[in-house]
Amino acid sequence: MSLETASGSIVRAAGRVDGPVTQRGVIASEWLKLRSLRSTLLVLAAAVVGMIVLGAVIAYNTRNPAGLDPEDVVASGPLQGYYLGQLLMAALGVLVVSGEYSSGMIRATMAAVPRRLPVLLAKAIVFTTVVGISMIAAAVVAFLVAQAVLSGHRPTYSLSDGSTLRVVIGTGVYLTLVGLIGSSLAWIVRSTPGALVATYAVILVVPILLELVFPSWGNYIAAYLPTGAGQSFSTSLPAPHGLSPWIGLAVMLGWVLAGMSAAAVVLKRRDV
Amino acid sequence: MIEAIALTKRYDEKVAVDRLTFTVRPGIVTGFLGPNGAGKSTTMRMMLGLDLPSSGSVLINGKRYAEHAAPMNEVGALLEARAVHPGRSARNHLLSLALTSGISRARVDQVLDMVGLTGVAHKRVGGFSLGMGQRLGVAAALLGDPHTLILDEPVNGLDLDGIRWIRALLTRLAEEGRTVFLSSHLMSEMAVTADHVVVIGKGRLLRDQPMADFIREASVESVRVVSPEAGRLAGMLRTSGATVTVGPDGSLTVEAATSREIGIAAATAGITLWELAPQVGSLENAYLALTRDSLDYEDTAS
Repeated sequence: MSLETASGSIVRAAGRVDGPVTQRGVIASEWLKLRSLRSTLLVLAAAVVGMIVLGAVIAYNTRNPAGLDPEDVVASGPLQGYYLGQLLMAALGVLVVSGEYSSGMIRATMAAVPRRLPVLLAKAIVFTTVVGISMIAAAVVAFLVAQAVLSGHRPTYSLSDGSTLRVVIGTGVYLTLVGLIGSSLAWIVRSTPGALVATYAVILVVPILLELVFPSWGNYIAAYLPTGAGQSFSTSLPAPHGLSPWIGLAVMLGWVLAGMSAAAVVLKRRDV
Repeated sequence: MIEAIALTKRYDEKVAVDRLTFTVRPGIVTGFLGPNGAGKSTTMRMMLGLDLPSSGSVLINGKRYAEHAAPMNEVGALLEARAVHPGRSARNHLLSLALTSGISRARVDQVLDMVGLTGVAHKRVGGFSLGMGQRLGVAAALLGDPHTLILDEPVNGLDLDGIRWIRALLTRLAEEGRTVFLSSHLMSEMAVTADHVVVIGKGRLLRDQPMADFIREASVESVRVVSPEAGRLAGMLRTSGATVTVGPDGSLTVEAATSREIGIAAATAGITLWELAPQVGSLENAYLALTRDSLDYEDTAS
């Protein structure tokens, strides 16, 4: 340790030090943060590998069309690995935000970007880009692997078919949006366990409870919840009382937007 | 320059920071002193815009911190609690902060070199000792070559070498004309580092004065005298204008008279002296006396 550095005085800083905070800079920072943590990369890799492996396994187990459930026969059948994918992406969405709070890093982050909202925006942009690309790619690969396994056993599907392409891309989009809902809840709740519980409650528990508690009309409401809305564009088999794909996507985007807006309001108003 | 103007922070019923008004000037090291729980960290967090004031304001070079275009070039901060993700390397941690403001990679390596962490730059921060973590915090604070430094308990966890290094660094930064504001709950640490001192207790301003004045006011000099004829000597000294208190062991504590004057007086009257010892009032005691009334025992007990 010395006060002198190789280049001389501490006054003469190497390179520029008085740059303004830019949205672009904050995005670069968040991109570095995402890829410099082993845990986030592992979760992402697990989801990609899990989707593809499960796609192959599901296809292998459903080669013989006799006695299959309808959801196994349709184009989205081998994409049922999204059940695992959504748990992991929801957790990843939570972790990229709650990890800042649990470690205390949020104080350094917000001291560097005191206007705060550019951080929320940058995290959402980086997450959407990275997870969007990874999950769409994983869904496409899982689908293609599954078709290769099925080929010669029962009729296969092609991505050139519009509705097939929709459910494959839709699965990747759904997983990305579920992660963003996790992020928005993490901004609000600020603790990892709390945000995980809240997210899983929203995407898994509440829809089931609705249908159990209110058997006659619960599923009409459930169709508008994130999971129900997501299924409308990520599965080939329309659920009874389900929304049409584009309406479903709009509703899901609405949930993400609502969550992020609430997150932005509390982030701006509360103490860090 | 940091200006706190009637700065106040309330949490429900409790007032953590109570109408603090003071100015931290550039070019000197200003110490921020107060017992644990006095509101030092809250005040510093408000300076950085991390906590929002309930009322009043705090300005950094005339603007709220968040209004500066290049905040890291304006203020470098070391906060009390560790503010680093344990899974990230030291270099990536600094780089992630640097990227927000377009600070160069060369500057990141330069501050790593300055704090002596170049060798462990690629190690994950989770494995760092308290002292290494503290040095990484200092590196982060220096990253933007800031005009103002706000450091919460910077010597915490540092070994003797580290403490000496940080004292020299702070003095040097102040000499360069920067504003240096650091907190401590230890008077002894401040006495050797700070030129000016701001003392708070229970969120209220108790002192805002040059360190030298604080020390002079604090160091009431007295002389301890032990003599077989203490009673007669005490009477004589009182008549000549000194303040004398008699201790439980029969010793005298004499104020407003030097040991030389007491010695001459005793010799003239033919009084034997067994002990004649000048006492320098300790700075620590003066600080404790100042803040004693403001200690929140209910709070510190928990």
